[in-house]
Amino acid sequence: MLVHLQGPWTPLIGRLALNQIPYDNPVIVGAFIFSVAAAAVFAGGVTYTGRWEYLWRNWLTTVDHKKIGIMYILVGMVMLFRGFIDAAMIRTQQVMAVGPESAGHLGALHGYMPPYHFDQVYSAHGAIMLLFAVTPILVGLMNIIVPLQIGARDMAYPYLNAIGLWLTTVGAALVMLSLFLGDFSHAGWVGLTPLTELPYSPGVGVDYWIWAIQISSVGTTLGAINLIATIVKMRAPGMIWSRLPVFTWTAMATNIIGLTAFPVLAATLFLLTLDRYLGTHFFTAGMGGNIMLYTDLFWVWGHPEVYFLVLPAFGILSEIIPTFSEKPLFGYTAMVFASLIIAGASWMVWLHHFFTMGAGPLVNAYFSIATMLVGIPTGVKVFNWAFTMYRARMRFDTPMLWAVGALFLLLIGGLTGMMLAVPAIDFQVHNSVFVIAHFHSMVLLIAFAIMGAISYWFPKVFGFKLDERLGKRVFWYWVAGSIMVFVPMYTLGFMGMTRRLDYISHPSWLPLIALEEIGIGLYWVALYYQVKQIYVSVRDRRKYRAGPDAWWTTRSLEWMTHSPVPFYNFAVTPVVHARDEWAWRKEQGLTSLRPDRYQDIHMPKNTPVPLILGALSFALGFGLVWRIWWLSALSITAIVIALILRSFDSDTDYVIPAAEVERMERQGSGVSGTTDTGHFPAGHAAGKRRFRAARPQDQ
Amino acid sequence: MGLPKIKIADLDTGAPWNNGHRTIDVAASGTTVLWDSSHHEHDAISTRTFGFWLYMLSDAMILAALFTAYAVLRHNYAGAPTAAQIVHPGYAFRETLLVFSSVFAFGLTMSALKQGSRAGVINGIVVSFLIGAAFLGMEFHEFSGLISQGITPERSGFLSAYYAMVLVHGLHMVFGLLWMAVMVVQIMRQGFTDNVVYRLLNLKIFWQFQAVIWVCVFTVVYL
Repeated sequence: MLVHLQGPWTPLIGRLALNQIPYDNPVIVGAFIFSVAAAAVFAGGVTYTGRWEYLWRNWLTTVDHKKIGIMYILVGMVMLFRGFIDAAMIRTQQVMAVGPESAGHLGALHGYMPPYHFDQVYSAHGAIMLLFAVTPILVGLMNIIVPLQIGARDMAYPYLNAIGLWLTTVGAALVMLSLFLGDFSHAGWVGLTPLTELPYSPGVGVDYWIWAIQISSVGTTLGAINLIATIVKMRAPGMIWSRLPVFTWTAMATNIIGLTAFPVLAATLFLLTLDRYLGTHFFTAGMGGNIMLYTDLFWVWGHPEVYFLVLPAFGILSEIIPTFSEKPLFGYTAMVFASLIIAGASWMVWLHHFFTMGAGPLVNAYFSIATMLVGIPTGVKVFNWAFTMYRARMRFDTPMLWAVGALFLLLIGGLTGMMLAVPAIDFQVHNSVFVIAHFHSMVLLIAFAIMGAISYWFPKVFGFKLDERLGKRVFWYWVAGSIMVFVPMYTLGFMGMTRRLDYISHPSWLPLIALEEIGIGLYWVALYYQVKQIYVSVRDRRKYRAGPDAWWTTRSLEWMTHSPVPFYNFAVTPVVHARDEWAWRKEQGLTSLRPDRYQDIHMPKNTPVPLILGALSFALGFGLVWRIWWLSALSITAIVIALILRSFDSDTDYVIPAAEVERMERQGSGVSGTTDTGHFPAGHAAGKRRFRAARPQDQ
Repeated sequence: MGLPKIKIADLDTGAPWNNGHRTIDVAASGTTVLWDSSHHEHDAISTRTFGFWLYMLSDAMILAALFTAYAVLRHNYAGAPTAAQIVHPGYAFRETLLVFSSVFAFGLTMSALKQGSRAGVINGIVVSFLIGAAFLGMEFHEFSGLISQGITPERSGFLSAYYAMVLVHGLHMVFGLLWMAVMVVQIMRQGFTDNVVYRLLNLKIFWQFQAVIWVCVFTVVYL
C-alpha cells in the first residue's frame, strides 16, 4: 500500500542522502553558519557560567505556567526573526528581479533566488509567522497572564501544559531543520492542492510542512483544553463570570476556537498524509479525488485560526487601554459578548477565501453577508476602546503607543476586509497583493498588540521595565516601516500585481517595490533598537526596577502580587470583590499585599517527561518526513510507553508548608508587605496635576 | 464644555448580571475579607473529567471532518467497486451489537465502581475488552477480505474515504482496549485512588463516544 517513490530509498535511512544538504547554496550556508554560531554562543555561555543544571532544573523540566509561557514566547521570537528574514528575502528578490534587463545571481535568471527556492521562502514565511511565531507568543502570553488574572496557582493541567510547549517547539524545530536538510514546501503556506500531492511535489518539502504543523497543532489543541479548563475550574473565590478580566474572556473565546478548529486541520492534514504516503485519493486530480474538498476543509480551520490569533490581541488592547486611560473599560458586557460572537462567527465565513471557486451567487452571497456581519462585533469593540479613551487622562507609555497603533491598523485592515467581503470586488483583486496587504494589516495589528503586551507585562514577569525611550523608538520605526511596506502594496494590488511573483514583468512598478524595500530597511532599524532595548534594560535592571503595580493605574488581579511573580503566584489566594479587583482595592485603600495568615501551598513537581515526549515526537516527525519506518515505529511506541509509565507515577505533587511561604514572602525581594500603595511616585503625581490643570474639562 | 457629563461607570453597572462594583464580601467581624483563608482544594476528579469532555469535543471535530470528506467523496467510484458492492449491512449490524454490548459491560463496570467492588470493576473491564476485541476481529476480517480481493484504498476516492472513516474509528477502539488493559493493572496495583477513578470515568466517556461514532458510521457508511 505504500506509494512508490521517485529517487533512492533504503530501509535504514529512508530518503536521507548527502545530496539533500544544500551546501551549494550560499544563502542557506550563511543561514546555517549563523544558526550554528548562535547555538554555539548559547551552549558556550551556559557551559562557561556552569548553568546546565540550572537550565535543566528551572526551565527544561519545569511545569510552572510562567516559565512555560516565557519559553513559548522565546520560541515565537526566534521564529518571528526567521519569518522576518524570509520577508526581507522576498522583498529583496522582488526589487532585484524587475524587468527583462534585471541581472541574475546565484543561479537565478533574475534576482538571486530561482523560483523553486523563492516559493519555499514565501511558503515558510506564511507558515512560520502564523503558526510558529504569533501562535506560540500569544499562547505564551495567555499561559502567563490568565492564571494570574483569575487568581490561580497554575494551569489546570501543568504537565499537559509542558507537553504543549515541547510539541510546539518540535514543530518549529522541524521547520528550521528543513532549511538545512532537504527542503521546505513550495506550495504556499496553505498547501495548494493538487500541488502538494506526491506527483507534483515528490520531495520531502511538503512532508516537512505537514509534520511540523501536525505536531505543533496537537500542542495547540492540548493547550486550548488546558486554558479553557483553567478558566472554568481554577478561578479564585469571588471571581464570577461577570468579573472576569476581558483578556481572560478573550482567551476563553480564542481557545474555544482552538479546541474546535485545530482538530479539523489535523484531520485535513491526515488525509493529505494518506494521499502522499499510501496513495489514496482524497485531494488528487482524478481517480475520484476532490481538490476543493481540501480547500474547504483547510479554510474551515484557516479562518477560525485567524480569529484565534486576533481575539487575544483584542484582549491585550482591552487591558492596556484602560490602564493608560486611567479609567475602567467602557462597555465590559458588550466587549465580552462581542468576543464570543466573533468566535462563533469565525466558523461561518471560510468560503470568502475563495469566492472565485465558482460556488454560485447564492453561496457567495451568504458568505459575503456573513463576513460583513463580523464587522459588527468588531466595530463594537473599536468604539468601546474609543469611548474608554474619550475624555480620559491618557498616558502614552510604550504599551499604549502600541495599542493605539494597533487600532489604526485594525481600522485599515478592517475596512479593506469589508471591501474584500464584496464578491464583485474580490473577483477583481483576488490573488493580488491587495489581499496580501489587507491580511498583513490584520496580522500586524496582532503583532502590535503583542509588542504592547510584552512591554506591558514584562515588569510583572521579570521585575523591571523595558527602557521607555528605546521602546518608543522601536514603535515609531515599526510604524514607519509598516506604512512604507504596505501602502505601496495596497497600491500595487490595485494596479494588478499578483501575489507570489519571483519576477516582476512591469518595470513601472519598480518605484513602489523599491519603497517597500526601504520599509524593510526601517524594520531592520526597529529590530536593532529592539535588541538594544533589551540589552540596555537587562544591563540597567536595577534602575528599571518595578513594584507589584508597575504602571500605577493597573486594574486586574495580576498586579496584586510581587514582580517578578513568585512561583506560587499568590501567597494566599485572593478573594475577589469587584470586576477590576486591584482598582477597587486601591479605591478602598486596601492595598496591603500581606495576608493575615499563611497556608500550605500545593504545587506540581517538575518532570522531564514532557521534554522526553518532545524529543520522541521530533524523532517521529523526522522519521516520517524521511520515511524511515523503523524510527517512526520505534518513537511512536516509545511515546505510548512513556505516557503509560507516567500514568503510574502518583507522586506528582508536593506541599510548601505555611511557615516556609511566610519566610519566602518576608525575605522575598524587599517588595513584600505594604510597599506599593498603587499611587504615583512623587514626580509623576506632580506631572499629573499640571496635566490636569491644563485641561479644565477633566475637573 | 457643553456636553453633558456621562458617568461611564454608572452605565456599566446597569447590566443585570453586573454586580461587579456593588457586592463586598464581609466577614462576621465586619471587616472585608481580602484573602481566602479557608483551605480549599480544587476537586481533581471534576477538573480532570471536564478536561476530558473538552478533549472529546476536539475528537468529535476530527470525526466531523472525516464524515464531511466521506459525504463529498461517497459517489466518486472512479471505476472501482461501489459501496453497494462491498458493504454488508448485516455483518455491520452484528458489529454494532458487539459495540453496544461492550459499552453495556462497561456500564456495569461503572456500577461496580460505585459500590467500590474491585473484582466487579476488573471483571467488567475484562468483558468489555473481550467484546471490543471481538469487534476489532470482525473489522479485521472484513478489511483483509477486501484487500485480498484487490479492493484497496488507492483505487478510488470513495474507497479512500471508506477505509479512512471505518479504520479511524477502529484505531480509536484499539486505543480504548489499550487503555482498559492499563486500567486493570492500575486498579490491581493502586486500588481506587483519585487518579484511577477519574481515568475510569474518562474511559467511560471515551468508550460510549465510540459507540455513538459507530452508530454514525453504520448509518452513513453501511446503510
